[in-house]
Amino acid sequence: MSNIITVKDMNLWYGDHQALKNINIEIPEKSITALIGPSGCGKSTFLKTLNRMNDLVPSVKITGDIRYNDTDIFSKEVDVNSLRKEIGMVFQKPNPFPMSIYDNVAYGPRTHGITNKAQLDEIVESALRDAAIWDEVKDRLKKNALGMSGGQQQRLCIARALAVQPKILLMDEPTSALDPISTSRIEELAMELKEKYTIVMVTHNMQQAVRVSDYTAFFLLGELVEFGKTDDIFSQPKDKRTEDYITGRFG
Amino acid sequence: MKTRKNSKKVNHAIQDIKWETEYKHQQKKRNRTQTMENIIHGIFLLLGLITVGCVLLITVYLVISGIPAIKEIGIADFLFGKEWASTAAQPEYGILPFILTSIYGTAGAIVIGVPIGFMTAVYLSKMASPKVKSAMQTAVSLLAGIPSVVYGLVGMLVLVPGIRKIFNVPDGASLLAAIIVLAIMILPSIIKMSVTALDAVPKEYEDASLALGATPVETYFKVSVPAAKSGIAAAVVLGVGRAIGEAMAVMMVAGNVPNMPDSLFQSVRFLTTAVSSEMSYSSGLQRQALFSIALVLFLFIMLINVTLNFFLKREKE
Ligand SMILES: Nc1ncnc2c1ncn2[C@@H]1O[C@H](COP(=O)(O)OP(=O)(O)O)[C@@H](O)[C@H]1O
Ligand SMILES: [Mg+2]
Repeated sequence: MSNIITVKDMNLWYGDHQALKNINIEIPEKSITALIGPSGCGKSTFLKTLNRMNDLVPSVKITGDIRYNDTDIFSKEVDVNSLRKEIGMVFQKPNPFPMSIYDNVAYGPRTHGITNKAQLDEIVESALRDAAIWDEVKDRLKKNALGMSGGQQQRLCIARALAVQPKILLMDEPTSALDPISTSRIEELAMELKEKYTIVMVTHNMQQAVRVSDYTAFFLLGELVEFGKTDDIFSQPKDKRTEDYITGRFG
Repeated sequence: MKTRKNSKKVNHAIQDIKWETEYKHQQKKRNRTQTMENIIHGIFLLLGLITVGCVLLITVYLVISGIPAIKEIGIADFLFGKEWASTAAQPEYGILPFILTSIYGTAGAIVIGVPIGFMTAVYLSKMASPKVKSAMQTAVSLLAGIPSVVYGLVGMLVLVPGIRKIFNVPDGASLLAAIIVLAIMILPSIIKMSVTALDAVPKEYEDASLALGATPVETYFKVSVPAAKSGIAAAVVLGVGRAIGEAMAVMMVAGNVPNMPDSLFQSVRFLTTAVSSEMSYSSGLQRQALFSIALVLFLFIMLINVTLNFFLKREKE
């Protein structure tokens, strides 16, 4: 399996504070990679670096090399908006726009120039189907998205991200604000989506990492301590710190 | 053993009494603070009622003093009469020129002021660096604090001659001059309120839009502005209220002649200035008619306030 993202010697500072230290990682295509580690260790920061959402933080400074399919994502030729179209993101707190369900999903495609109604209808339906929420919302597409439950809102956000046909889906603790039933629906969904998409998912829930991910990266204090097949990481961690963390001795 | 038990009992009894007195003491204290609270509550209520009382008083007074003239002149002749000649031998009391001037003047100010104010607000809230933002917001606050007579003065000295020269008209004191002055005067309230509404848009919405590959500008106009639309609408209505209620500045730049506002270069008189310019020497039916004009103006403002409240309530939801 080939790697879709390659990170080499990446460092990141917020002002004087170094949040990521010498990160090296290769993320395989069409799989789920879980990022685990205690709070504040830089998981979200790492995730936001991949679609350059960190550019929005004024004090940020990044060194090193990040390649998405061989293109340097920081090179001048790369248009950050096209990059973000390819690398979608789902946030920790469900954040649908205060618009109708339909308009939420159609937002991305419209932004990228699709105006044909029939075409939009088709994109919206297929994105909602892919996000396993079509049956629940097909009769109320014109209703405001804020009226849905938290779990439905999160799946709508996934649909919204899928509607621009990304290659990668970054998910930052997508289930931390949800109840157990919604959580397991999202987990199932993630496992279905990896047929078509590469998923990088931050989670603070180690069982979740074991349940859904193929690869796991363990972060600690801004360092990538260990990265490998999820089964290996959880059955025979190489690093003492990983072992301590997954056995619950800290964090 | 026994004595110890007894002494324990006694100790308990003493403790109980102590608690009881303590409890009573507390109770008294609580009662006293309760009374104090009630008194303070009453004082504040009274102070609040002063405002309510003023509103009621003004409303009742305006209605009572505004109705007689309307009755005498006839409501249709009063509202739709095209001629105002209050001091003529055959007096005419038609206020359509004032109503239309106020409406056109306000509409013109909105047409010019809202786009400028709105764009400024988007810039300040979303794009400006913190330094620029704070500098410009200070300027906006200063603009809001300038007395209207100063606007009038500057308008008279700069705008009126300017219009005369540029458009080559005999007199620059005109509806156009009033519109421009009003547009500038409503800018601060529109900007301030729109900025507040735009600042309150959750960052999560904007992040979601950017993460979908929308550019920042697309994000502001497709996500932030729609999310703040009730607040922005309220800002516009507030601007309408300011414009329609302004008297001093428009008196100084509009020429203050009771013409129908047939053209932008016509010298005109607004509802507000119609009242203020004749009040000092008026008497009899003329004076009563001025009260009636004030009543009409008051109704306009009420309507605007109801609209404003509607938008503000929606903003809260
Ligand atoms: N926008 C920011 N500005 C400054 N420091 C930040 C910012 N975001 C995160 N940090 C800091 O970077 C470190 C890593 O944060 P984060 O990536 O959010 O960790 P995690 O997601 O693993 O909990 C923390 O010390 C945090 O305080
Ligand atoms: Mg985080």
